[in-house]
Amino acid sequence: MLNYDEILNIAPYSLNKNEKEKLLFDGLFDLTKYHYENCGNYRKILNTLNINFDALKTVSDIPFIPVRLFKEFNLASIKEDEIFKTMTSSGTSGQAVSKIVLDKATALNQQKTLVKIVSDFTGASRMPMLIIDSPSVIKNRLMFSARGAGILGFSIFGADRTYALDEDMNLDLKAIETFLDKHKGKPILLFGFTFMIWQYFYKELKKLNKKLDISNGILIHGGGWKKLINEAVSKEDFKKALKDVCALNNVHDYYGMVEQTGCVYMECEYGHLHASIFSDVIIRNTKDFSLAPIGEKGIIQVVSLLPESYPGHSLLTEDEGIILGEDDCPCGRKGKYFNILGRIKNAEIRGCSDTYEKH
Amino acid sequence: MSNLEKYTNAFVQAFEIEPKDAPALKYQDIKAWDSVGHMGLVANLEEAFDIMMETEDIIDLSSFEKGKEILSQKYDVDFAQ
Repeated sequence: MLNYDEILNIAPYSLNKNEKEKLLFDGLFDLTKYHYENCGNYRKILNTLNINFDALKTVSDIPFIPVRLFKEFNLASIKEDEIFKTMTSSGTSGQAVSKIVLDKATALNQQKTLVKIVSDFTGASRMPMLIIDSPSVIKNRLMFSARGAGILGFSIFGADRTYALDEDMNLDLKAIETFLDKHKGKPILLFGFTFMIWQYFYKELKKLNKKLDISNGILIHGGGWKKLINEAVSKEDFKKALKDVCALNNVHDYYGMVEQTGCVYMECEYGHLHASIFSDVIIRNTKDFSLAPIGEKGIIQVVSLLPESYPGHSLLTEDEGIILGEDDCPCGRKGKYFNILGRIKNAEIRGCSDTYEKH
Repeated sequence: MSNLEKYTNAFVQAFEIEPKDAPALKYQDIKAWDSVGHMGLVANLEEAFDIMMETEDIIDLSSFEKGKEILSQKYDVDFAQ
């Protein structure tokens, strides 16, 4: 198996196309074999697909499985007593949720990977952190929702962590103002899920006609745009709205999923989502799953070197996207950069920030 | 309070354990020292010594002993005091 600690020493956006292809192929090939040997259900799938290991020559040859299989089957490559943590995908009532089992090694690698990627955008030093969510999200410590896992994973970048919403998702203006007062003039990290920020932070501030000065803040948000698309809120609207109510200039979206926690795709200064060396996106035509060229939209496949405890290293998502380019983004980061266009038709509506239903 | 006492105290408060049980502890040995507890421990240490740890050090902080090493080498905490 690959030595993941060595890979962690490589700068996350430093490899060009050929270098990255080699690193990913070697790692993904080993993972495919490993999961074939250690996960009975995964073996059955590959046998059904008639996978011939000798014929796998490139990253795009690595077999992929639909992400929804994690909702329908128990897919684990570790024994019951090695399970350290189980993570669940978001899912509103009535929808099936994915269950992802982690052992200690995979959980630790996820955290280390997240640190490498996000530090490239925030710098190595930690900042006072305002979490735009409710502390109740991380109450159950053995069973994390995607939202809880996201908050906890990003918590490592923050000091003096403060929640902007109370237990009932009401804006805690007093806590926010005390926090901002205390850290006046310092860079501040804000983190939250896109829809939560819009619904329970922006809209409330707007309603109260309250302006905050967080001009030295950097906001990282993720979890998807599905609900905001329904409200006809674009990326630009979102950024402009936050600038209006709290003078935020520095906003980074990220794309990620609980099935591949750790290797998130961060949005750069030019509004492009970037693949790091730890993972990649491949766009496939919706009709025959063949490779789509740069600039052509299709279904997103994600590959990642992280999943060792479960066979989630190569997954077909239910999202549609488009590769904008490779190794040549004006921000200077190497690797593919892309945009998410939304969910493919007929897929279940699902996204971390879309799961909170206020009663 | 000596620095060692302050250090031990951070573990005692984060994980609700007896001071005598702290020195042998390793990350994930006990339920309380999971990833949530870990961030609580870091907050306690930062407050006790008025420091701001780097993310890499937070990840490396894998045991009571390792933490002492990190704090003394990188944050000038003198455990002889």
